[in-house]
Amino acid sequence: MSAASPPAALAGRSAAPRRSRLRRAAVPYLLLAPALLTFGVFKAYPVVESLLLSFTTGSGAATRDAGLANYRRLLDDPLFWTALSNTGEILVIQVPLMLGLALLMAVGINSALVRWRTVWRLGVFMPSVTGLVATGVIFAYLLKTDDGAVNRVLNAVGLPSVDWLGQPVWARMAVVVVLTWHYTGYNAVIYLAGLQSIPRELYEAAMVDGAGPIRRFTSVTVPALRPVLLFTVVLSTIGTLQLFDEPYVLTGGGPDNATLTVSMYLYQNGFRYYDFGYASAVAYALTLLVTVLGAVQMRLMGERDK
Amino acid sequence: MTSPSDTSKSDTPRSGTPRSEAAGRVNPLGKLRGWPLTFLLAGVTGLSIAPFYWLVVSSTRKDTEVFDWPPKLLPGGSLGENLSHLEQKIGLLRVVGNSLLVAGVQTLGALVVALLAGYAFAKFRFRGRTLLFALLFSTLVVPEQVMLVPLFKMMTNFGLLDTYQALILPGLCVPFAVFLMRQSLSSLPDELLDAARVDGAGEFRVLFSVVVPVMRPVLAALSIFLFLGSWNQFVWPLIALRSPGMHTLPVALATLHGNKSNTDYGAILSGTALSTLPMMVLFLVLQRQFISGLLAGATKG
Repeated sequence: MSAASPPAALAGRSAAPRRSRLRRAAVPYLLLAPALLTFGVFKAYPVVESLLLSFTTGSGAATRDAGLANYRRLLDDPLFWTALSNTGEILVIQVPLMLGLALLMAVGINSALVRWRTVWRLGVFMPSVTGLVATGVIFAYLLKTDDGAVNRVLNAVGLPSVDWLGQPVWARMAVVVVLTWHYTGYNAVIYLAGLQSIPRELYEAAMVDGAGPIRRFTSVTVPALRPVLLFTVVLSTIGTLQLFDEPYVLTGGGPDNATLTVSMYLYQNGFRYYDFGYASAVAYALTLLVTVLGAVQMRLMGERDK
Repeated sequence: MTSPSDTSKSDTPRSGTPRSEAAGRVNPLGKLRGWPLTFLLAGVTGLSIAPFYWLVVSSTRKDTEVFDWPPKLLPGGSLGENLSHLEQKIGLLRVVGNSLLVAGVQTLGALVVALLAGYAFAKFRFRGRTLLFALLFSTLVVPEQVMLVPLFKMMTNFGLLDTYQALILPGLCVPFAVFLMRQSLSSLPDELLDAARVDGAGEFRVLFSVVVPVMRPVLAALSIFLFLGSWNQFVWPLIALRSPGMHTLPVALATLHGNKSNTDYGAILSGTALSTLPMMVLFLVLQRQFISGLLAGATKG
């Protein structure tokens, strides 16, 4: 290129922009490379591999095709249905309870009448910063039947002790209590952010129309919060369906499988019995459940919007 | 709905109050009506905080005092003793070090991955952009549990079971973090970037000397969010780790707790406090970033 003949110089001049244009075109792909690589290897591949595994049985070199056998086994597996109904019971009681409380808390904290609002906001949010294992350990002691603090308090106000971790129904309630303690404040703060974005004029207009506090709550607050409500309902439902850490630490799935959840059952099959095929089938059953329930909720709550 | 929370609606003025006064003033009747609600919220906050307080007190008390009734109300002087018991049982220092290392590296890695990818999605038009973005998000509906078995098999094949890499690698791509970075970066004016480009800065120069400084608050919020998630992660470490020397704090605590022959409650609770307190302190100091990090998904919903 050192020869300064006119054509060479021309070529050199046009090659430089082209090269830089090429380099520019490569920039976004370079930027995306780390994400795509880690995503492909540690997310996309496992998702596909898991689906394929769910149609196999045996392990290692002895892995063989099983068709739909794992899924058929799932339908006839009483323990799977136990896990499913435990998870369902916890879900149906816990999610409405928690979100109802969270909404009341948010409305309360949002009120201009209340003093030291920042303190309450901070205080109720704190549990959600705690790790789930830590939460499980704390409550395992607080809920001890003989000398746990919760029963001591119940006794002090004249109520009998509850065998929180020893009775099937109460053990599930213990999980509900722990989940509610852990996540209510988080949801309340989400609602609070939603409440603060509702224009004051809407309330003023409702008052001009003679709407009382309850009417304003149902006709202004709830409709305005609908997108946020939808978000929390879907998120809590998905989270509860995947419940693992809390019952693992709190009850270990007992007593008598009363708090065995779908995720725990998956874990048992996969990593206690190393039945990868069956565990993968449980995983995909869970995925199906999450997707269908999420879609149904979005459909139901989204439609009322119109 | 006749609970005291109804009074909250009276933050809008009583009828007859001129609109201009609505902003901050509260009339005397409202002032009185505020107290029951304040007390109620104090009660709720008390319930939220009481378990922590019990944890702090118990972890500083002798093992035998944990279940005393009436409960001890003030911290005692046995924290050191409890922690040294825990060091003997689980190798506390090593375990905390493991947790810090994994959470630190994972946070930093995920932050860089998300920043780069978010920047590409927000500021570049390129072939396959929509498709790649959709692909990244399709896995958000897939529960994490689906990946456990394949990840376990993969780590076994790579010979990475029971290593730090096994814990760190799967957490490097966090689709939610990419999404958040893209959202925040889209609002960054293109003029800012073009000005730097005109000055002859290369694309990576632009990113690190123009974009990163501007994005510092978002990066801070995101890194807290990522660190919290990594510090508390449990299922995958439980599966991927074998030797107690590799355990992270949650795994070590859950294992010790699950061992019914261990009855040293003081030791476990001091470890639990130790796993919780850094987060508490971080939260109280950086509450704004904390809450905005955790709420980032909600406000976009």
